[in-house]
Amino acid sequence: MAAVATPETRARSRRRRRMTLSRRFESAGPLTYLFLLGVAIFSFFPLYWSVVVASHDNSATADYPPVMTPGSQLFHNISRVFNSGEVNISFWTALINSAIVSGAIAFSVVLFSTLAGFAFAKLHFRGNKLLMLVVIGTLIVPVQLGVIPLYIEMKHLGWINHLQAVIAPSLVSAFGVFLMRQYIVAAVPNELIDASRVDGCSTIRVFWHVVLPAVRPAAAVLGLLTFMNAWNDFFWPLIVLSPRNPTVQVAVSALQSGYVQDYSLVFAGTFISILPLIVIFLVLGKQIIGGIMKGAVKG
Amino acid sequence: MSEAVEQAVRVRRAGATRRRLHRLDAVVSPYLYVGSFFVVFCAFGLFPLGYTAWMSLTDRNLLNPTTHFVGLDNYTALIHDSYFWNAVENTLGIWVLSTVPQLVLALVFAHFLNTRLRARTFFRMSVLLPQVTSVVAVALIFTQLFSRDYGLFNWMLGGIGISPVDWEAGRFSSWVAISTMVTWRWTGYNALLYLAAMQAIPDDLYESAAIDGARKWKQFWYITVPMIRPTIIFTVIISTIGGLQLFTEPYLFEPIKQGALGGSARQYQTVAMYLYEKSFGTTQFKFGYAAAIAWSLFLIIVLISLVNFLLVRRIRSAEA
Repeated sequence: MAAVATPETRARSRRRRRMTLSRRFESAGPLTYLFLLGVAIFSFFPLYWSVVVASHDNSATADYPPVMTPGSQLFHNISRVFNSGEVNISFWTALINSAIVSGAIAFSVVLFSTLAGFAFAKLHFRGNKLLMLVVIGTLIVPVQLGVIPLYIEMKHLGWINHLQAVIAPSLVSAFGVFLMRQYIVAAVPNELIDASRVDGCSTIRVFWHVVLPAVRPAAAVLGLLTFMNAWNDFFWPLIVLSPRNPTVQVAVSALQSGYVQDYSLVFAGTFISILPLIVIFLVLGKQIIGGIMKGAVKG
Repeated sequence: MSEAVEQAVRVRRAGATRRRLHRLDAVVSPYLYVGSFFVVFCAFGLFPLGYTAWMSLTDRNLLNPTTHFVGLDNYTALIHDSYFWNAVENTLGIWVLSTVPQLVLALVFAHFLNTRLRARTFFRMSVLLPQVTSVVAVALIFTQLFSRDYGLFNWMLGGIGISPVDWEAGRFSSWVAISTMVTWRWTGYNALLYLAAMQAIPDDLYESAAIDGARKWKQFWYITVPMIRPTIIFTVIISTIGGLQLFTEPYLFEPIKQGALGGSARQYQTVAMYLYEKSFGTTQFKFGYAAAIAWSLFLIIVLISLVNFLLVRRIRSAEA
């Protein structure tokens, strides 16, 4: 009666496992598709709606019943957003500023996170565990609450109304360090590091030649997520930047202020502000989703 | 002969130097790599927080040249400040109205996504799309959708015979509108986190449950939910931290900005908005008082995170 795993029984158990697997990941029925399609529409609709409004004359927002199809005025409205005569914000400046800010933050977060993540994952030093705990602890601390001293700091440095004021506080991210540490633990085998050590590699060369090539996928996802977050940030840029030198979010929100809401103008600006993100998402969505889900399991 | 000895000594010495360098490298490098993170974090993260604590004990005002230590005066004033408690109430109300549907819906979404699907990437992407949309865009679009006169929501309500709601004017209705923005933007993201956790559940659990004759919803309730508990705790804490700091959505919901008052009767002013009002928004620059608001908010966040953590843990152990 003793269960001996003959090739035959093993094959059978494997078959059974495959059966249960397929039972669990049931192929989706029509109801599931219907539900998910509803979710998709629910997700798309507000964006679609904003494009509809942005492609009509503003008076169309008062139509009854509401217009549901895109009109022909989209490019006209977009050009109004960039027309300095109509809007007293330079939208080009805003777009370039946001690109600079987000790019710089993404680059720096990836670099610092990979370096620190490597040290935490693979290097032996006193206080490794304790310092990692501190990093995780900082995840829970809402850094935003330090805005007032941060503002004073920036004033002392003379950075108010300059992009440095937006970039500096976001140069590092505890989340990034945590993510890269988790990834490096799994993705870089110790043997590889030991071997390169025996070959006489210094730590920085191990980092450059062994770690960096291995973490490229995670670094790319971290960079993308950081870029998008920086692009979307509003509270802090609103405080330290003026409408004369804004990021794109500050510029878009300034379009809305006024007694009469010109929504075709506001949504044309909104459209431009989210376009880069949507493009990135359409091209690299699969990788971004993979990155979020991988981080979730390990975190 | 002696030459050979000299050479050997030189070689060994060079080796020793290199070894020493190597050891130095091994000892110092980790601190350098980790240090870069901590230096920046201390300068722009930790220091401002500590400084906020100190500032909350002073009457610092950007418009006054001198600053005095006032002890806990700011906090005593805050306790008697009805605007502050109003903001706390609004924040908590909006937070509950957005977090509960958000996480429940996310569970449902994830459950449906956790099947063998055609066009899997399409559905996952469509779920995540709102998260990619910027907060400002979401706030602006939904503000228009919720507008009293020409908003789509009121038009739809009219279709089923309900008279238009002035979403912005009412307290509860404005909370609902703002919560909708938050829920729309975050549900999909949480759903993906749940989905990832669901896919990591070992199959044998479902196998044995199926043998025991557990129905599908029972499997969901007794296996799936408890097994993804760490992720649930994670999302609850993340949405607590984010939700209690809510600023952009209510700030942009206000049609005419008078320094982040949150409506004519402050019906949707959150704590973060009140902080902004006291410091930058209305050019009052009462930094000492605003710092006290910041620290109180921090305490509230810690407290509620803790309560949540204990609560979510209890629910699970009652089930298991």
